[in-house]
Parts: sequence; C-alpha cells; structure tokens
Amino acid sequence: MNRIDSIRAGELRAVARALTCVENDSGSREALIDELFPLGGRALVWGVTGAPGSGKSTLVDRLITRLRGRGSRVGVIAVDPSSPFSGGAILGDRLRMQSHAEDEGVFIRSMASRGYLGGVSGATGDAVRVLDAAGFDYIIIETIGVGQTEIEVMGLSDLVLLILVPGMGDEIQALKAGVMEIGDLFVINKSDKDEARKIRAEVDYVLDMKYAENPQDKNPVAMTAAALDQGVDDLLEAIDAYTEKLRSSGRLEKRRRDRLSAEIHRILAEKIESQVRGWLRVDERTQQWVDAILDGVHPPYRFIQKQLDSFFREAKVR
Amino acid sequence: MAKTIRILVAKPGLDGHDRGAKYIARALKDAGYEVIYTGIRQSIQAIVKTAIQEDVDFIGLSLLSGAHNELFPGVVDALKKEGAEDIIVFGGGVIPEDDIPGLKTRGVEAVFTPGTPIQDVIDFIEAQRPRIESR
Amino acid sequence: MPKKIENRQKQWEARTLKPALDAFPERKAEFSTGSWLPVNRVEVPESLSEDAYVEKLGFPGEYPFTRGVQPTMYRGRLWTMRQYAGFGTAEESNARYQYLLEQGQTGLSVAFDLPTQIGYDSDDSHSIGEVGKVGVAIDTLSDMEILFDGIPLDKVSTSMTINAPAAVLLAFYIAVGEKQGVARERLRGTIQNDILKEYIARGTYIFPPQPSLRLITHIFEYCAREVPLWNTISISGYHIREAGSTAAQEVAFTLADGIAYVKAALDAGMDVDLFAGRLSFFFNAHNDLLEEVAKFRAARRIWAKIMRDRFGARNAKSMMLRFHTQTGGSTLTAQQPDNNIVRVTLQTLAAVFGGTQSLHTNSRDEALGLPTEEAVRVALRTQQIVAHESGVTHTVDPLAGSYYVEALTDRIEEKVMEYLVKIEELGGMVEAIEKGFVQKEIQDSAYRYQREIEKRERILVGVNQYKVDAEPPREILKVNPKLREVQMKKLAGVRAQRSQTEVENALDALEKGARNPGVNLMPLILDAARAYGSLGEICGVLRRVFGEYRETVVL
Ligand SMILES: Nc1nc2c(ncn2[C@@H]2O[C@H](COP(=O)(O)OP(=O)(O)O)[C@@H](O)[C@H]2O)c(=O)[nH]1
Ligand SMILES: [Mg+2]
Repeated sequence: MNRIDSIRAGELRAVARALTCVENDSGSREALIDELFPLGGRALVWGVTGAPGSGKSTLVDRLITRLRGRGSRVGVIAVDPSSPFSGGAILGDRLRMQSHAEDEGVFIRSMASRGYLGGVSGATGDAVRVLDAAGFDYIIIETIGVGQTEIEVMGLSDLVLLILVPGMGDEIQALKAGVMEIGDLFVINKSDKDEARKIRAEVDYVLDMKYAENPQDKNPVAMTAAALDQGVDDLLEAIDAYTEKLRSSGRLEKRRRDRLSAEIHRILAEKIESQVRGWLRVDERTQQWVDAILDGVHPPYRFIQKQLDSFFREAKVR
Repeated sequence: MAKTIRILVAKPGLDGHDRGAKYIARALKDAGYEVIYTGIRQSIQAIVKTAIQEDVDFIGLSLLSGAHNELFPGVVDALKKEGAEDIIVFGGGVIPEDDIPGLKTRGVEAVFTPGTPIQDVIDFIEAQRPRIESR
Repeated sequence: MPKKIENRQKQWEARTLKPALDAFPERKAEFSTGSWLPVNRVEVPESLSEDAYVEKLGFPGEYPFTRGVQPTMYRGRLWTMRQYAGFGTAEESNARYQYLLEQGQTGLSVAFDLPTQIGYDSDDSHSIGEVGKVGVAIDTLSDMEILFDGIPLDKVSTSMTINAPAAVLLAFYIAVGEKQGVARERLRGTIQNDILKEYIARGTYIFPPQPSLRLITHIFEYCAREVPLWNTISISGYHIREAGSTAAQEVAFTLADGIAYVKAALDAGMDVDLFAGRLSFFFNAHNDLLEEVAKFRAARRIWAKIMRDRFGARNAKSMMLRFHTQTGGSTLTAQQPDNNIVRVTLQTLAAVFGGTQSLHTNSRDEALGLPTEEAVRVALRTQQIVAHESGVTHTVDPLAGSYYVEALTDRIEEKVMEYLVKIEELGGMVEAIEKGFVQKEIQDSAYRYQREIEKRERILVGVNQYKVDAEPPREILKVNPKLREVQMKKLAGVRAQRSQTEVENALDALEKGARNPGVNLMPLILDAARAYGSLGEICGVLRRVFGEYRETVVL
C-alpha cells in the first residue's frame, strides 16, 4: 500500500507519520496535502477553547466516549505551548483522555505550538486535513487556552465550544473583552461549583443584550460538570441541533468556503514570500540591508520596493 | 534545522512514584525536546498505541515497583507486533545491576539508575539522532 | 534580644568575627537548611520571656505539646520499633514477621503489594508483573489468616500501609481476630487510610475524593464504637516528602490533609473528641538533623492549636499529634550503600530528638531493591543502639532551648501557617489537590533539589562527589517471578470452596449500601470478608458505584 492508501485506511502509523510530515513542514508536505485534499471534507471539526484548567481536556474525553458510543471515529488534536526558552514542551492534554488510548477508533495527537501564536500550531490546519482524509468522523481541536488571541481556532473549525468556568474572578471582564465572540456554543463547566449559576446568569445577560433584536440567533449555552460526567449528553444534543442549523441555513457550507479562501490567501502569501525571499537571498543579505538603511543611504520603503522591482523584472517566475 | 525530537515518558505498572518520571519530563523539556506525559498506571497497550499516534522517537519508561523485567520488554515486544520497532525504548528506576544486561538483550536500549545525571540521558538521545533523522 | 547580649554581639562582630572573615571567608555566601530555610551564622537567644516559654513550649504532655506528647517520653517507654515488611506470599511474609519479633521488634508493619493497594486481585490483568513485588499479596481472608498464623493478635500491634481499600483490609484483620478468638475491642494497630496524600504523592488511589472521604468517615465511626484501640488513620507526610517536598511543605500539606479529615467527620455529625484522639500521623526523617527536629516540634505545636482553637477540641488527647516516623527512602543511595547506615543513624536521631512514637529505619540496600534479612537487622540495630547506648533518651526533648532549634521551629511554623492560609483561600485541601496546587509546589521543590545535585551545588556523598569507580556487586532479595501463578492458584482454590450465594448476597448488600449515603459500609464489608469475598470483588462493587479517580498533573 502506498502512503495515501494507508492514511485513507486509517492505518495508525501512516496517519501518525503524515501528521509529523505536516508538523515538521518536511519536503513532501505540499504533495501530501494535495493528494489528501480530495479525500477530505466529510469530518465535522470542533474547536474547544477556554482558559487553562477550565476542563477542556476532561470535556473532550467525555465527548469522545459519547461519540464512540454512536459508532463514530474521533480524531483529536491537542495543542500545548512550546517553551520560548528551550523550544521544548510538555504535552499533557492526552493524560485526561488516556482511557481511550487503546481504542482503535480514537486517534489523539498532541502538538506543541512551536512559537505559533493564536492558540493552535501552524500545522493544525493541515493536521485536520490528514485526520479528515483518514476517515475520522469528528475532529476535535483543543487549543492552548490563552484567551482572546485564540480567534484562530474559529478559522479551522466548523463550530467552536467556548468553555467558561466559575472562580476565574474576572468573568465579566472577559465577556466584555470579546472572548465570547469566539464561541458558537458556550459551555459553563464545573457546574458542580456553587458560583456556576452566577456565570450562567452573566452569560445569559450578555447574550440577551446582544441578541435583543433577534433572540433566535442567540448562542446555545450548556452547563456541564465534565469531571463528574454530568450534562455532557445535553451538551451533545445542543451541538447536534446547532450543527443541523448550520447545515440547513447554509452557514456550514459558507464557513467551509470561507475557510478555504483564507487558506488560499495564506498559501499565496506563503509562496510569494518564500520565492521572493529565496531569489533575493533575504536571509544572508538582511544585515547588509540593515547597515544600508541605518547609514541613511536608503529609506526603508523605497529600498525594499527597489528590491521587489528587481525581482519582478528579472526573476524567471517558475 | 534539526528535527524536533519527541519523547513519550510513561509509567507502566501500578506504582505511583512519579517523582523521577516528572523530573525527567521536565528536564527533557528544558533540554528542548517535546515530551508527552501520560501519567501513572499505563498499560503496555496504552503506551504503545500512544507512542505510535504521537509518532515519538523514544519511549522512556519509569518504574520503581520491581516489575521491570516483565513490563519493559513487554513494551518492546508490543512495539514489534505493531511494526513500530524503530521507536527507541529506554528505562529508569530502581533496577538492580543484575537485571540490566537481560533488559538490554530484550531490546531496552539504555537503563538509567538513580543518581544518573540528566546529561547522560541527553547524551544518549543525541547519540541516536542520526538514526532518527535517517528514517 | 536582651540589651546586654546585643551589645556584646556587636562587639564580637567587630572584634572577633570581622578579622576572622577577612582572613578566612566562609565556604558559601549563604547557608540554608536542606529545605532552603536561611540559617544564621550564630543564633542568639530571642528575648524568650517567661510568658513566651509557657506559650510556645510549655511542658511535655501538656498543651501545646511542643516538647512531646508524654510527660516522661522515653524515660517511661521507648518508642515502638516497627520495621515495615512484607513481600511475596503470605507464607513468606509471615516468616519475616516471626523473625522480626524474635529479634526484639515490638510491633508489626505490613507492606502490601500494589495490586492489593489498588484493589485488584492477583488474577486481574492489571496485576501482571506486580504480584508480591513491593509487599505481600492479599486476595482473600484466607491469605490474611496465613499472614498472621501463629501471631496472636491480642499480643501485637499491627500497622497496615493500606489506603484506598483500608476498610477491606481492616475487615480481613477483624475477621482473623474472630477466628483466633480475639475480640475486636482488643485489637491494636493502625491503618494508613490517608487517601488525600495518595492523590498528592503516592498514587494508590481508587475512588474520587468524595466517596473516599465517606469511607474514611465510616471507619472513624465504626472503630469509635467497635474497635476503640485502633488508630483509624495515619495522616502521612512521609510520601509527600519522598515526592520531593521541603520539610515545611511536608508538615503543611499533612496538617492540611488532617484538617480535611476532621472537617469531613464533623460534617458527618461526629463529635470532635470522639474521633480526634485516634488520629495519628506519619512523617519522614531526613538528613538535616536539626531542621528535622524543629519540624517535628513545630508540627506538634501547630496541630494542638488547630484542634483546640479551630475545632474546639476539649480533650487533651484530641490535640496531641502522635506520629510514626520512617527514615527517608529517597535519601538512600544505590552508590556505596554502606554509607546509608550512617544516613539512617542521623535520621534516627532526628526522629528521637523530635519525639516520635514509633520508628521504621530503612535498610541500607533499599535503593537497590527489597532489603535482605541481614540489612534489615542492621537497620533495627541502629534504633537499638540509639535507644540503649547513646543516652539521648534520658531526658525529654533534649534540644529544647537550643537557640538554633527554637528559631528554626518558629520559622517552620511560619511557613506552614502561610501554606495553610493559602489552602483555605483555594477552598480547602481537596480543591487545592484537584487544582494541582499542592502537587505543583512539591514538584517545584523536587525539581530544584535535583537541579542542585546535577549542578553539584548540593553534595551527595558517593553520587556527585567522593565516587568510587567499581562498586562491588550486592546481594539483594529476589521475589519469585512465578508468584502470580502461585497466588492465582490459591485464589481459585478459595473461590472453589466458598459458598457462592453467600458471597453474592454480601456483595449485593454492599452495592445497595454504597448507593445509600446514609449507610455505614464497614459492617457490610466485614460480611463480605467473612464470606471469603475477594478484595478485588469488594472493591469492584465500590468501583462500579463510586467511579474512579483520575490524577491531576501540572508540570
Ligand atoms: N470540580 C470540577 N472540576 C473539573 C471539572 N472539569 C474538569 N475539572 C478539573 O479541572 C482541572 C483541569 O482540567 P483539564 O481538563 O486538564 O483542563 P484544561 O487545561 O482546560 O484542558 C482538572 O483537575 C479537572 O479534574 C468539573 O466539571 N468540575
Ligand atoms: Mg488541556
């Protein structure tokens, strides 16, 4: 079997290797993604975001159990931060999901952010492609959970669960600051705690204000106690209903098209940049340029424009 | 750029003494590796499946209960069965000198006993780098 | 500080100290204890007024018990010498106990293997490789009968290191007593029964915190009524220290656990003086001798205050922190193992100066594996030499009044109180554990310690300095690798002989009881034990009802 067939058959090793290939951005990445692309598009992709310790991993673990109960296959990408000092990382999300470690229908992959900002890693999008092609029905992305910058996960998922928990102190602040723009569904986890009801009231209040005109568009809110496995069935029901709504209203389709257009822009920018950089030998010449600009010989914009002009004039575009 | 090495630090068996495993996990992170840590009481199957899904280059096993002669080679054998014998297995913990040669012949490539400086572990990992990068 | 002393100190600093320092700088810029508490060059008497003495130290056997829990301490009775032992089958462990009793040991301490500690039978697949390894394998009452064969339970006190399934092993013990004709009112001993430190440091948990606390409270209630001489819990700092905590963290987290148990029992409606006198503690003894002594003294003082002022205990017994000590396993080195005898001696002194009620001394070869009989004997002899030859037992709390020890006692108390306040802010100990706070604090200390060794900022003799090239091979005890099969055969035999309906009825009754929070489970577990229900079967029922705990890891 060749590499693509093995991935398509969901063979563990092949899928894992493909994920490494996209993660390390090794030479064959582009070809791999191109070949996998037509095989995908079937999986539903969920993003799960929320502050560290809010219970993302615990909830994902519980959701996996439910999805497996329906006979669906589940892929998980769990992102943790890389150390800015050593570049190393400790990837601990899957610890909470280890009860599924031996289940062939579940594939969990931990990824380090490797310096990428936005709560995911640079390769997360491609990793989703791989798991999609491997036939997983659901793909769940667990973000690092640092807050507002996690907007990125919206662009990778069909829907996003935003987890809020009691006892974070600054809830209202967070709500005002626009974190709630990220989520499609709001999950108030740790509902076993007394203050959970308070958060619920705050979330309802914010949503009532926001959707005073069109209350039917209000985001669904669920209460869970993931650690105690409570409220998860209701959450899943809410997700299903929401998904159905996305689908029937055409928003799912639109979201996926939007995702692809963002992807196209990204690829375009990446390719232009790498080709221009290569041709101009930017890496080796940067210091020279800095000197030239510092010496006052050239102003920065005009200088760079000149370089680009030379590229477009002389480079034989491949 | 050199490949980022990924290591699964795992505790098979039932003992809960994870001081050593956590130290190793943290020290390897500080040395620039990506470390997957899965907590105590992991079955052999769970360790092997995890290692494969995470596509790690190494599995570091830590055990203090004395069950190493059964469990360490158990992991090596299970990797073979899954066609993943290229994943390098090393171990640590309270392991009598006498047991080390036997573990090595059964595929545990290095055994680190208490008091081993972390640099020895790092040196071992780096010494395998060519093997890993040529895969 | 009294004026006269202060003036004299200034004079000394200028006249004597300065020239000396100029000529010979000290070895380090700053000195600290093994747990990083700052150490002054010379301690001088605080102005310890008469009032302060009475308030902070008092007299032994009286509040706040800083100087000890008994008025005469070792002049009255030496500590109990209790070597933790157990391996392989019940038969082999029984032989080791008989040997230890012959050698003059005064109490038994049972080590169970890991499957037993986690509530799995020997034939469970989780038990592969682990049966009989770190302790004795007990599957049913039948194994327990063999374990204590020829040992009259009214003549010994038995300590059992068992936590999550403590109720089951206590039931087995009571049932053995019944067979020997010893009434449960006369049984003496201790079960560890301290689940919180399992979540923090030791890892042999089964159920989540709430049902676990419920089981513990059941044991308190049941024993107060039925087994009045039994120590129902041994709240353990030992493993917290082994996991790498500092001395102050050891005390802080142990007392915080204790507070959680007291709260749970009070919430269940018990009167504090009814159970608090049966609470006991278990600490580690490390090499920093004087810091350890200060640690034990501070722990006693803090606990007395908490019990009296916070929980309103009236009975002096309820305020006394009685404790067992074990020398620090993690301080032993596999390199040059004979050096461990010296370490254990220092630690023994720490425990005795600290006023321990009982002591286990580690064997020199424990960093290599299970101890041999000869090594166990040397360890026991170490205690006996300190007890009978050193003379430190002749007076109570011999280090009291040492400027340094008193200052250190105060410093540790301060640190501990800071932690206790912090833990209350987090919502109590169970919360603090579930959030990973406690584990993280310990890990950070462990990491710091290990780094210091790696960088040789801390010297470990034989490990990072004074090494020898070739270590001679050592004899160590090997456990029969076929043990699991032996044990499985025995278990199958018991299953074949017992009345199956009796077992099933008992397990059904247990399951019903477990679903009803109002029912004390001890009598139901005892029924199942008498019917030769296995440990795994009994715990299996509880697993189904209570669920299983999953660890919180913060790295
Ligand atoms: N009380 C309570 N604790 C929870 C709940 N869900 C998760 N936790 C705990 O919160 C901590 C962090 O959970 P985790 O899933 O690792 O959070 P993440 O960092 O967002 O992935 C763990 O100790 C969980 O046991 C819940 O519903 N109630
Ligand atoms: Mg997580």
